[in-house]
Amino acid sequence: MNLWDIALRNLKRRKSKAAFVLVGLMIGVSAVVVFISIAEALTQNINNKLEEYGANILIVPKTENLSMSYGGIALGGVLFEVQEIHEEELAKIGEIDNAKNVAALGPMLLGAIEIGSHKALLAGMDFQVASQLRPWWKVQGKLPDEEGALVGAEAARVLELGAGKTVTVNGRNLVVSGILEATGSQDDNIIFTHLATAQAILHKEGRISLAEVAALCSGCPIEDMVRQISAILPGANVMAIKQVVAGRMETLNQFRKASYGLSAIVALVGALVVLVTMMGSVRERTAEIGIFRAIGFRSSHIMKIILLEAGIVSILAGVLGYLLGMGMTKIALLFFAAGGGHSGHGIAVPFDLWLAGAALALAVVLGLAASFYPARLAARLDPCEALRAL
Amino acid sequence: MSYIQINDLSKQYGEGEAAVLAVHGINFGIASGELIAIMGESGSGKSTLLTVMGALNSPGQGKYWVDKIDVYALGQEERADFRRNYLGFVFQSFHLIPYLSVRENVMLPLTPVNIRKKEKRAMAEEALGRVGLAGKGGRLPSQISGGEQERVAIARAMVNKPPILLADEPTGNLDRKNTREMMSLLQELNSDGMTIIMVTHNPECAQYARRIMRMSDGILLEDENDMKSNSCYGC
Repeated sequence: MNLWDIALRNLKRRKSKAAFVLVGLMIGVSAVVVFISIAEALTQNINNKLEEYGANILIVPKTENLSMSYGGIALGGVLFEVQEIHEEELAKIGEIDNAKNVAALGPMLLGAIEIGSHKALLAGMDFQVASQLRPWWKVQGKLPDEEGALVGAEAARVLELGAGKTVTVNGRNLVVSGILEATGSQDDNIIFTHLATAQAILHKEGRISLAEVAALCSGCPIEDMVRQISAILPGANVMAIKQVVAGRMETLNQFRKASYGLSAIVALVGALVVLVTMMGSVRERTAEIGIFRAIGFRSSHIMKIILLEAGIVSILAGVLGYLLGMGMTKIALLFFAAGGGHSGHGIAVPFDLWLAGAALALAVVLGLAASFYPARLAARLDPCEALRAL
Repeated sequence: MSYIQINDLSKQYGEGEAAVLAVHGINFGIASGELIAIMGESGSGKSTLLTVMGALNSPGQGKYWVDKIDVYALGQEERADFRRNYLGFVFQSFHLIPYLSVRENVMLPLTPVNIRKKEKRAMAEEALGRVGLAGKGGRLPSQISGGEQERVAIARAMVNKPPILLADEPTGNLDRKNTREMMSLLQELNSDGMTIIMVTHNPECAQYARRIMRMSDGILLEDENDMKSNSCYGC
C-alpha cells in the first residue's frame, strides 16, 4: 500500500470523473495533433510534389532590355546588348552542386514568324520534358514529331488551324499534330515545334532564347541553385519563379498559425475541464482527505495523490489523444485531398515521433498544471474542518 | 512534566459577538499508560479538547506537550509526522475509506512510511488478528458489520504501534454486545502500555477508565483519579 495504490484505487472508484478528465484532455491533445499533423502533411505534400508545379527556374539571356509591357499588352522594348545562350552551355547545369535536384531542363527558342497575313510566335522546345515543365498542358491530338507542330488554343482559333492541317512557316510545312487546350497563359498564342525544327526555321542553329528548369525543392534551397547556375552561365540571367510556391506556402503558413491558435484554445478548454473536474473531486473527497491528514499524511502526500491521479489520466489521454488525432488527420486529409482534386491517397500522414512525444508531454503538462490548484487546495485543507464534514 | 501535559489551554471559535469559547483554561497531565474517559454533554468542549490533543486543532491559548514535544510549536508537516508517530485515532463513525479493502484501510497509517509492502501487509494482518478479524482483510468495509468496522478502525489506529490512542465516542454507533467487546479491546491495548484517551457521554463505558474527567461549558469540572471498574453492565 503506497500513494500509487491509493491514486489507482480512487481512479477505479471514480471512473466517470476519471473518464471526464480523460476525454477533456484527449480532445485537447487530439485537436492539437490534428491541426499540427495536417499542416505538416500538407507542407510535406507540397514539398514532395513541387515538381508538379512545372518549371521554377528561368534562364534568359542577360540584357539591358526594359520590359515594355503592361497588362499583357506588349509595347515594344529597348534592346541594348542582347546576348544569346548557346545550347551546349546548358550542359554545364549538370555540374552544379545541386544537379541531383534538377528534375527537368527545357531549352526553348522563340522567334516571330508570319503565317499568311498574321504574325505569330514560334517556339522550339524539347517535348520529352514537356510533361514535367508544363504538367497542366492538355493536348487535343498528340505531341508533334520533327515535322509537326502543336498550336495554342488562341493561335488555332485565329489561324483557323486544326489537328491534321498543314501550316507553312518560312517555306517549311509543319503538320499540326494537336491543339493545346486553353491554359490562360501566353502558351495559348504560340505555335510549338521541336527545338531543332525551330532553330532551322529561324536560322538560329545551336542557339536558344531561354531555358526552363524544374527543380525539386524538397530540402533544396532554390536560391542556392539560382546562384550555382548563374555562376556557370555568366551570360545568362537566372531567376527563380517563386510566386506559385510562395503563394501556397503563405496560405499554408496562415493555416498553420490559425491551427496553433485553435489548438491553444481547445487545449485551454481541455485544461479547464480538468480543473473543474478535479476541483469537484477534491470537494467530494474532503472527508477522506481529513482522515488521511488525521492519521499522519503530510500535505505533500495529499498533493502527490491528486497529482498522481492527474498524471496517470494525463498519460493515458496523451497516448489516446495522439492516436485519435492521427486517425482524425487521416480522415480530414481525405476531404482535403478530395477538395483539391486528388485521389485521397496523395497526402500521407507520416508517423512523427516528435509529435507523439509532444502530445504526451502536452497532456501531462496540461493535466498536472490544471490539477495543481485543486491538489494544493486539498493539501491545505484544515484536517479538523475536513473531519467535521464527515 | 507528565507524558502528556496541558497548561492553561483555551480554544475559541469565531470572532467578536459570534465568538464561542469551546474550551477554557484547561490544565492537566496524563502519565504514560493511563486510560482516561472525558465525559460531558454535547457542546461541553470534550470533542474540541480531543481534536486539540490530536494535533488537529490549534488552541488559541495555552500549551500542549507530548513526550516533551511542544506539539503546536511544530510546523504543519511535522505535526502530521507527530500524528503518525504518536497518535492513533478511532472516530465515532469509523471513517473507513470505502474503496479500500479492510487490510488496506488498516495499512493506511503505514502508507507514508518507507517500509516494504510485504512488511506493511504483515503488520496489518497482525493488527487485524489482534482485533479478531483475521481472514477478513480482503473485504470492503461495506461487506462487514458495524462492530467489525469499529474493530477495523481500532486495528488502523494501532497498526503502527503509536503510544497514544484517541477515541471519539468509540461506542456511539454500537449495540451493547459490540460495545462490551470494544471496551474490552481498549482495555487490552491499555494493559499493553498504550495511553488511551476516550471521549464519551456514556457513564457506563467511562467506568472502564481509571480516570474520568468531566467537562461542562468548556471547563474541566472534575478529574477523578483511580476509578477502577472491571464490569460495565449497562454498556
